[in-house]
Amino acid sequence: MHDETQQLEAFQARIDAGEKIEPKDWMPDNYRRQLIRMISQHAHSEVVGMLPEGNWITRAPSLRRKMILLAKVQDEAGHGLYLYSAAETLGIDRAELIEQLLTGKAKYSNIFNYPTLTWADIGMIGWLVDGAAIVNQTMLAKCHFGPYSRAMIRICKEENFHNKQGYELVATLARGTPQQRRMAQESLNRWWWPTLMMFGPPDDQSPNSAQLMRWKIKLQSNDELRQRFVDRTVAEAKAIDLEIPDPDLRFNEQTGHWEHGPIDWDEFWRVIRGDGPYNHERIRVRREAHERGAWVREAAEAYALKRREKAASAAG
Amino acid sequence: MADEQRQDTELTLYEVFVQEKTGEPHVHAGSLHAADQEMALQNARDVYARRGPVASMWVVPATSITATSPSDAGPFFDPAEDKVYRHPQFYRVPRAARQQAKKVTS
Amino acid sequence: MIETAALDAQMRADLVEYLLRLADDRVVLGHRLSEWCGHGPILEEDIALTNIALDFLGQANHLLELAGELEGEGRSADDLVYSRDEIDYRNCLLTEQPNGDFAATIARQLFFDVYDFLLSEQLAASEFEPLAGLGGKMHKEAQYHVRHSREWMLRLGDGTSESHRRAQAAVDALWTYTAELFDGDEVDARLSQARIAADLESLETRWQELIGTVLREATLGISDEQQYQRRGGRRGHHTEHLGHMLAEMQILARSNPGAKW
Ligand SMILES: [Fe+2]
Ligand SMILES: [Fe+2]
Repeated sequence: MHDETQQLEAFQARIDAGEKIEPKDWMPDNYRRQLIRMISQHAHSEVVGMLPEGNWITRAPSLRRKMILLAKVQDEAGHGLYLYSAAETLGIDRAELIEQLLTGKAKYSNIFNYPTLTWADIGMIGWLVDGAAIVNQTMLAKCHFGPYSRAMIRICKEENFHNKQGYELVATLARGTPQQRRMAQESLNRWWWPTLMMFGPPDDQSPNSAQLMRWKIKLQSNDELRQRFVDRTVAEAKAIDLEIPDPDLRFNEQTGHWEHGPIDWDEFWRVIRGDGPYNHERIRVRREAHERGAWVREAAEAYALKRREKAASAAG
Repeated sequence: MADEQRQDTELTLYEVFVQEKTGEPHVHAGSLHAADQEMALQNARDVYARRGPVASMWVVPATSITATSPSDAGPFFDPAEDKVYRHPQFYRVPRAARQQAKKVTS
Repeated sequence: MIETAALDAQMRADLVEYLLRLADDRVVLGHRLSEWCGHGPILEEDIALTNIALDFLGQANHLLELAGELEGEGRSADDLVYSRDEIDYRNCLLTEQPNGDFAATIARQLFFDVYDFLLSEQLAASEFEPLAGLGGKMHKEAQYHVRHSREWMLRLGDGTSESHRRAQAAVDALWTYTAELFDGDEVDARLSQARIAADLESLETRWQELIGTVLREATLGISDEQQYQRRGGRRGHHTEHLGHMLAEMQILARSNPGAKW
């Protein structure tokens, strides 16, 4: 017991001294559990996030847009892959993590439980959703768990193009025909509030935040991150004459920040509990792909086994 | 039997090392899953070489890597710290020779 | 080497037609592969299939730009992709076949990739310089495509009994679209005479050999070599699948004429 307290203190002292924790280091069970939860949620979000955007790959209106979107959704698959690997260093394997996603035990970002109804939604995801993700991920790249931080550094490098292509797409629509302009504004109206929710509940209602910050997994609070995103995005919306759908939005001269109106946290909790517009559909599609791929994975494994046996008998 | 047939699998974990330019060391880039080495290599190319530049890649089954444990760190690595004579800065070189060496290398 | 300026009217028209055939194969196949994105059997394969889709779409883009330029009617690559009807598409029937299960996709890719590998090898030596440049790039990419589809075919054919059954069924179902790959008409004849286009006849023998070797190694075979062979893609006579594919692909672009994206 005494030993455990000392270990805990030593662990915290390492973090306070700015050291990074690596998977083989001693760590509190709770730390391990929280990290697995957080990193795998993040991984699931990347993979489920492929679906709403994937919904428009076959309808992308130009070759250039089609290639950009494909490359972008492909990157998200890569992000999922890096993050699953980071979680795996903590002693859980990917099959188990995927199982948790497919059985509804694990969460993923709420934002992907909304449907992509128009082409403008593809721009909005890049601009707003990836924009919000970058704010969050830039922080996580500096977090004090080595594998998570390394995965994030790689991801941040790729993420910039996602945000830029999205904003470019929206800007093109905003400058386009009246029909395109309407499409862009309508889409912003639907995506704005769910994007603000991506940063999680306000600081006073975020149960895990304090501990995660002590461990330097999170370095900034939900509200701080949300504020950074709002400031940046309001300016970008103004530059292309789109209106943020918030009548209470105002600039505070004193703080130099844009203040947004109240967020509908009931909606947030409802979607988290599973009653978002697209929760069931997203998981259904993931499960279908996984089940339809089972025989392929088995074949690859069976073939590898046969080859190994052949090689062994040739050698023996 | 049925269980055996439908045992879900995500294949085997591989670690990927990438050399960006010839002459440079291979550096750990990340991990992936594959059933065998050939597929691991192909996947490594698709996952970790999409944005180049890459000169060469290694893939290694994660289970084949032997690593030090954190408790080894002290006994393994500390003793190296007091062998100052292994570092060139330990040695005094007369100024004239130092300047001559600078000319030759620059 | 033949420069663009040196082409006579006939040659120019032939080349436009030829480039459309090359490009349409790639637009259609790239589109089919892009349908896998987010639905692959394993995350790594999602990424691999997307890479191949991107290769084909990139190639198509270059080929269509060149076609538009030679045609001289101001049509861009996008005009050619998004404003042509089914009957004007020149891709072979193989490329438009639906993805089916993973085995069907791999069989389709193997048949096409080996063809493309041999074809692009010849194109890289084309007397028409712009085509030779593109051919070289295509050939490099085709080498990896063949490696990917071949390795998978071995695993599916010689994996489990289920995968073997599925792979064999896929080969059997798609074999009927393979002869068309080597059909030549006057366009091919004139252009290969001028050493601009590939000589399809010489490709066919090597294709048969290479495919035969892969299938044998994968413990697979061709159930009926004498079966009826479907044709018509190069003349715009497609299977019904293409119309649906284009309807989806073109809907947004067509419903907003003149808009920029
Ligand atoms: Fe991402
Ligand atoms: Fe992204």
